Amino acid sequence: MAENERVAAEDVRRVAELANLELTAEEEIRMERDLNAILGYVAQLNELDTAAITPMAQVSDVLDGGEAVNASLREDRIVPSLDRQRVMACAPETDGVFFKVPKVIER
Amino acid sequence: MTTKISEVKLPSIDELVEGIAKGSMTAVEAVRLCFSRIDEEDATIHAFLSLDREGALTRAREIDAKAAAGETLPALAGVPMGIKDVLVVDGQPATAGSKILEGYRPPYTATAVKRLIDAGAVLLGKLNCDEFAMGSSNENSAYGPVRNPYATDRVPGGSSGGSAAAVAAGMAVATLGTDTGGSIRQPASFCGVVGVLPTYGRVSRYGLIAFASSLDRVGPFATTVRDAAKVLGVIAGHDPMDATSSTEPVPDYLAEIDKGVTGLRLGVPPEYFGEGLEPEVRAAVEATIERLRAAGAEIVPVSLPHTRYAVPTYYVIATAEASANLARFDGVRYGYRAANTPTLAGMYHCSREGGFGAEVKRRILLGTYVLSAGYYDAYYKKAQQVRRLLTEDFLKAFDEADAILTPTAPTPAFKLGEKTDDPMAMYLADIYTVTANLAGICGMSVPCGESRSGLPIGLQILGRHFGESTVFRVGQVVERR
Repeated sequence: MAENERVAAEDVRRVAELANLELTAEEEIRMERDLNAILGYVAQLNELDTAAITPMAQVSDVLDGGEAVNASLREDRIVPSLDRQRVMACAPETDGVFFKVPKVIER
Repeated sequence: MTTKISEVKLPSIDELVEGIAKGSMTAVEAVRLCFSRIDEEDATIHAFLSLDREGALTRAREIDAKAAAGETLPALAGVPMGIKDVLVVDGQPATAGSKILEGYRPPYTATAVKRLIDAGAVLLGKLNCDEFAMGSSNENSAYGPVRNPYATDRVPGGSSGGSAAAVAAGMAVATLGTDTGGSIRQPASFCGVVGVLPTYGRVSRYGLIAFASSLDRVGPFATTVRDAAKVLGVIAGHDPMDATSSTEPVPDYLAEIDKGVTGLRLGVPPEYFGEGLEPEVRAAVEATIERLRAAGAEIVPVSLPHTRYAVPTYYVIATAEASANLARFDGVRYGYRAANTPTLAGMYHCSREGGFGAEVKRRILLGTYVLSAGYYDAYYKKAQQVRRLLTEDFLKAFDEADAILTPTAPTPAFKLGEKTDDPMAMYLADIYTVTANLAGICGMSVPCGESRSGLPIGLQILGRHFGESTVFRVGQVVERR
């Protein structure tokens, strides 16, 4: 994160595309400004030399005895899952068995 | 407001459960009292997003029938509670404060809520919050803000603003909220109630609509430390449905709650008393620390040297995790789908564009950016490394101290609209709370004073991993004034 590296409008558009968001022109301007403000603030993390520090992804990384992840994984056994009818009833469009979506391949 | 907040008093959990068992009170009366408070106040406060009047009364009648039959009543029998709308309850709306989940009625119940129901609690409805729990003022709710019961031109804090305000205004005896960076403690501070951040893994996250999975916690709000401890005792414990939930046994939080603070070492970190802390908040917190010293605690200085890096670290990690978690809202399985989109990709884009609010989009973009090719090491990995430094600060401090005392927030409740145009200013409202989420430790905000204009001020008590009992002991002394 170079101190003077700035997020440009095209970066905002690229990231929005990755995130499946479609921003309005107005939103693009606002987001470019906000992202630069936030990332400028985040840049102060560069003051710290962390070369020798192991990244911490989970709280269990630092607990004594490791709260070993495997110890809390449940037995691999088939149990009833959610009722299909009730799950499908939540969907915007369904035939009762499958979720229905618009055309996947554009032609 | 037709009634002054200070005049509002619902019975405590113990009073209620004992009263129902003895027949001097009924669960139906308690529930009706809450609904009458809601009818009186909630048009102004807007704490609830949905109510289940019929379900609550049916449930209360069942409890009363059990009491009449002389059955032993469970721990929360007849206690009227509200649930933050990011936790799912079978058949009830679950919006997460977002338009994208409007109309969604989940087919299952979160484990924490299931445990409340099994313990006899009566659910009144679902509580307003910032969209996907992203915010510090409750102004990011797609259904309109919550107002602070102490001053309705001020925010209740966030993101669990509805959960805090409902308890403060006497609309529920206790509520559940969630805390990813301060979202229980900061609104508890702003609304003059008790709010608990349990240790990471203490309470199952199953059925919680995820924001940042390595930081999210579920915890209680109540008017007293004792009530909060009681609710935590019910919802805590291992759940096979959440692989990060801990198998550590759940102690009886009430067993030592009245033991006092004699012999406890309470740490005070200077890093939490620096620039930006409002003088009135400092004065109230320092006076409370002196009170704890007088009550027998040993006050010791502790150092948390990386504190100033906590907010930037938090906003990288939380947004990165959020960008992944919120990918599931795509208009396919539940919630909002944009109309007239001829292709799948277009449907995704338009549903998300129309369904998410500005702050959620901002955080998804930031999170996607810090995880994207070429930036991952510079931002995400760097933040994870600093997360370890921040956590080690706490582990060292807890060698010297049994609990740590700080202000919960740098200011009392601010005005609606005051920070909505400046995301950075809003993020700094969490300056004293985010580190506990990164480190996984537990904490609580407990009322410790008022500003000259009558706004509540909260003391934050931080405890070791699974050190909730000590935090409650300290809180109990703070509360007894």
